[in-house]
Amino acid sequence: MEIIRTEDLTYTYPISSKPAFRDVSITIDKGEFVLLTGPSGCGKTTLCRCFNGLIPHFYSGKLEGEIMVAGLRVPDHPIHELAQHVGLVFQNPENQLFALSVEKDVAFGLENLGLPRDEIRERVDWALKVTGIYDLKDRAPYELSGGQQQRVAIASILAMRPEVIVLDEPTSFLDPLGAQKIFEVIDRLNKRLGITIILVEHRLDLASKYADRVIIMNEGRVVLNGRPRDVFISDEAQLVGVGIPKATMLYKLLRENGIELGRVPITAEEASQMIREALTHDRG
Amino acid sequence: MIEVEDLYFTYPSGVEALRGITLTIRDGEFVAIMGQNGAGKTTLVKHFNGLLKPTKGSVKIDGVDTTKASVAELARKVGFVFQNPDHQLFCETVEDEISFALKNFGFDEDAIKDRVDWALNLLDLTRYRNISPFMLSGGERKRVALASVLAWDPKILILDEPTIGQDYEQKERLRNFIVQLNAQGKTVIIVTHDIEFVAECKPRVILMAEGRVIADGDPHEILTNPNLVSKASLILPETTRILLGLRGMEQSGRLARVIDVYEAGRILTAMLRDQG
Repeated sequence: MEIIRTEDLTYTYPISSKPAFRDVSITIDKGEFVLLTGPSGCGKTTLCRCFNGLIPHFYSGKLEGEIMVAGLRVPDHPIHELAQHVGLVFQNPENQLFALSVEKDVAFGLENLGLPRDEIRERVDWALKVTGIYDLKDRAPYELSGGQQQRVAIASILAMRPEVIVLDEPTSFLDPLGAQKIFEVIDRLNKRLGITIILVEHRLDLASKYADRVIIMNEGRVVLNGRPRDVFISDEAQLVGVGIPKATMLYKLLRENGIELGRVPITAEEASQMIREALTHDRG
Repeated sequence: MIEVEDLYFTYPSGVEALRGITLTIRDGEFVAIMGQNGAGKTTLVKHFNGLLKPTKGSVKIDGVDTTKASVAELARKVGFVFQNPDHQLFCETVEDEISFALKNFGFDEDAIKDRVDWALNLLDLTRYRNISPFMLSGGERKRVALASVLAWDPKILILDEPTIGQDYEQKERLRNFIVQLNAQGKTVIIVTHDIEFVAECKPRVILMAEGRVIADGDPHEILTNPNLVSKASLILPETTRILLGLRGMEQSGRLARVIDVYEAGRILTAMLRDQG
């Protein structure tokens, strides 16, 4: 069942003469984990701003074509209504957190919805537990590490119980272990709770294994859209200049030398296993 | 040359960020200081241009103790590009930003113009000359910050987390740029937890954890050592992780020090052909 659909969607910022993206037609199904990537300035962040209505309602500008989110035509519904279906997590959690305790930050969106006190408490506790930061609930967000702050930002979105969560480069300020923990939290939201995930990310080595689908944008257009293996192995992915996973890269290097490993690997584990098999097989 | 001798540093809050660091960085070296957030990397390099002074021990730049020199004197030799360009940029235009330090160092007007032109061109920023840095994207602002430091041609260049927020192509450009600067004789020190970037650049690696240096040397030795890498709370390079899965296989010793995917491709091709 589809949750997001765009048809020939084109958007131009108010002061700009050139569209930030054009003719984007994509369909995302409920429960999918989509990895959206492409060079800086390709239009991916701008596209994400349409999913919860920041475009066109906040940024104005010119939006052409069709966009439906959770059965709602985005231009016809205000941000506060769309925000109950789609949550947005930003690159830098400092831009999102402001309260004096983690718990208050996570409760803020719910208070604005005017929910009863008991339900707010229940949802806040639940979101803190799912993201693994329940122990930090009384701490001030600004005292926390970057990775912990990003989990607070995710919890505050999760508490709204959206059907879709969009994360715009959520790990770019984090060290590798911090990033891995964030990806694991996101994966849990997707696999356990069935939340549709749209993850904008450059670190494809770490993120690819979680995704059902990869969409690559370049110069305002969607240039590739498909299963991670099919997308990463295509020559176009390399031409666009996205850093394909090393496992896939190694597969391609070996293939150029006349060595076929069979299936295209995207994780280190898959690549190791396939190379082991090739080494053993050749010996016999 | 940078000489660090038994350096300790404690922040006023009481946090002991550095606990006995001794190391030497010679002129013309390319060094990556690595470790997780909070390991003390940035605290260490802030001692190199005198922004921080040792609580105990000493730091000497070309033989001069940093407690005996002002930040302004040290900055002439040691250029520091911050992680977040917004902590560095404040002028109305990109041109003003780049000429600011040059004016402070007392360069004459013609020299300033030449150097600004040179730096703008070098970092592909000429078209933004008269634009406010705050109108630019994050990646572009990082380039402005770098240009404003390169403009006065410091002999030592420190880049704090230069790859954050940069896409694949920008990282490639940055890597070429650093290699080029280093080839011209500049000492380049990067502070980073981007192990993939380091695996491609292959500089000398200084690995830090909890305010101490836990390894210092050849990246092929350090980045393929799972114990060291996990002590620093980092993750092995992806290529090394693939090759670790081949341990115990015949000839896999040939792959034990490989961090680069192209090298892995060459050796594996040879191994698979040998056996075929």
